[in-house]
Amino acid sequence: MSEWIATLIQGCLLGGLYALFAIGLSITYGVMRVVNIAHGDFIVLSAYLAMVPVAMLGVHPFVLVLPVALLMFGVGYGLQRLLLNRTIGPDILPPLLVTFGLSILIQNGLLEIFSADSQALQVGALSTASLDLGAGITIGAFPLLVFLVSLLLTLAISLLFNKTPVGVALRATSDDPATAGLMGIRAKHVYALAMGLSFALVAIGGVLSGARTTFTPASGPASLLYAFEAVVIGGMGSLWGTFAGAVILGVAQAVGAELNAGLGVLSGHLVFLAVLIFKPTGLFARTK
Amino acid sequence: MKPLLSTHSLEARYGDFQALFGIDVEVGEGDAVALIGANGAGKSTLMKSLCGQMAVQGPSVLLEGQAIGGLPPHEIVRRGIAMVPEGRKLFRSLSVEENLRIGAFAARKGPWTLGRVFGLFPILKEKRALPGTSLSGGQQQMVAIGRALMSNPRLLLCDEISLGLSPAVIQDIYGALPSIRAEGLSVVIVEQDIDTAVRSAQHVYCLMHGRVSLHGASHAVSKQQISAAYFGLEEPEDVTTGMGAKQGAAA
Repeated sequence: MSEWIATLIQGCLLGGLYALFAIGLSITYGVMRVVNIAHGDFIVLSAYLAMVPVAMLGVHPFVLVLPVALLMFGVGYGLQRLLLNRTIGPDILPPLLVTFGLSILIQNGLLEIFSADSQALQVGALSTASLDLGAGITIGAFPLLVFLVSLLLTLAISLLFNKTPVGVALRATSDDPATAGLMGIRAKHVYALAMGLSFALVAIGGVLSGARTTFTPASGPASLLYAFEAVVIGGMGSLWGTFAGAVILGVAQAVGAELNAGLGVLSGHLVFLAVLIFKPTGLFARTK
Repeated sequence: MKPLLSTHSLEARYGDFQALFGIDVEVGEGDAVALIGANGAGKSTLMKSLCGQMAVQGPSVLLEGQAIGGLPPHEIVRRGIAMVPEGRKLFRSLSVEENLRIGAFAARKGPWTLGRVFGLFPILKEKRALPGTSLSGGQQQMVAIGRALMSNPRLLLCDEISLGLSPAVIQDIYGALPSIRAEGLSVVIVEQDIDTAVRSAQHVYCLMHGRVSLHGASHAVSKQQISAAYFGLEEPEDVTTGMGAKQGAAA
């Protein structure tokens, strides 16, 4: 019994990590109706960006979370402003193709520079520290930390969208960019802000995930897939839905892996497929 | 009086289709101007040209002598032209209050605040927390007008604000116009109902097939003249012919 409780908790904590990946995707999809195929590769890129100073200067990876997040905010803003804004239009294919191209570029660029060896960001004793909850249940301290960071960031982003002028402008632009223009809102700037925000979250997720598990230049697509599944399970356009979707995905994977070590990822996909079949709008979609 | 806004040989096109041919319109400071005309005459295209939603030649639209034609909408609203778009276009994921607040995004200084808008349309204060699109048509129109006022414009463009509303509600909406204009705000209204248009404006422009077919002070233009300009009739004094054409156009 306690084994299963531990499995559920681990699944939730894993879901917290997926939520970090998924919230960024949820923001860009929600505001621009665009899926960034290179989303996962930017997660991996962020981990490598943190790895270089860790290897060269020996600093702790946590010190780099904020700088990498700020850097990636700039990268996301610039990328949207200079490149992706030109692809947005009635046709959904151009942004998919361009970000798919970016994905290939990043993967091969990282392969060229860092080789295919798997890497990890060392966080010292924290990586093995655990909390004993009694009744034979222990949970990893670092996964718990990641989960709490993810929860707080989701709360912060949710407040940003609901309580601040910038957030209201983001929602207005998402509803109707042409009418938002009549209010004085520049859609291209708002889109770039949304992408920057998404990239900042991606960076935090990338650095934390790089410390939680190993990564290679080819890890990106799997992260994109989990993020995408979490967004679809939770329902488009709802941040807390996305967070819940990520937790459901994490639990499904953990339960599957508990049944059979090979079933983890598959059972996540099965839950995703079941949601697509029985509730294609997602479990927590804000229906209109 | 120097006009606040003027257009000079304004032309606008949708691809190969030319919608406006050399429009000359003037709106004076504090003036209320009505644009009338049949469907497809170019009224909405003219409004879109003024607020930046239609790409037109720079010098063909002047705001206080400055060329603003073809500037993007977010730039034009900062210069003081606000639009109440046809169909209201409220933001569906925003509450009534958020819809109004977003109207002040351009951050122009002036008398209009959330409190003033609630004073003008008290029902909106009661419903401030509800989603904007959950309101009745007339209340949504109040939100759309309040949202435009929140930018503290010098010129307010109202595109078909009575569309789909009951006569009583239309009266309420137009009843707010005098207090809106009290501070010297200029207004351009596009209106299907000619009586309402003539009653609420000092000047009337009638468009037909993308050209100005009639303009003048609203007390000086006769029904016959309007009918002629509206439908392009050769014999404006023959009122019965005018009625016949009206039924023909409606069919």
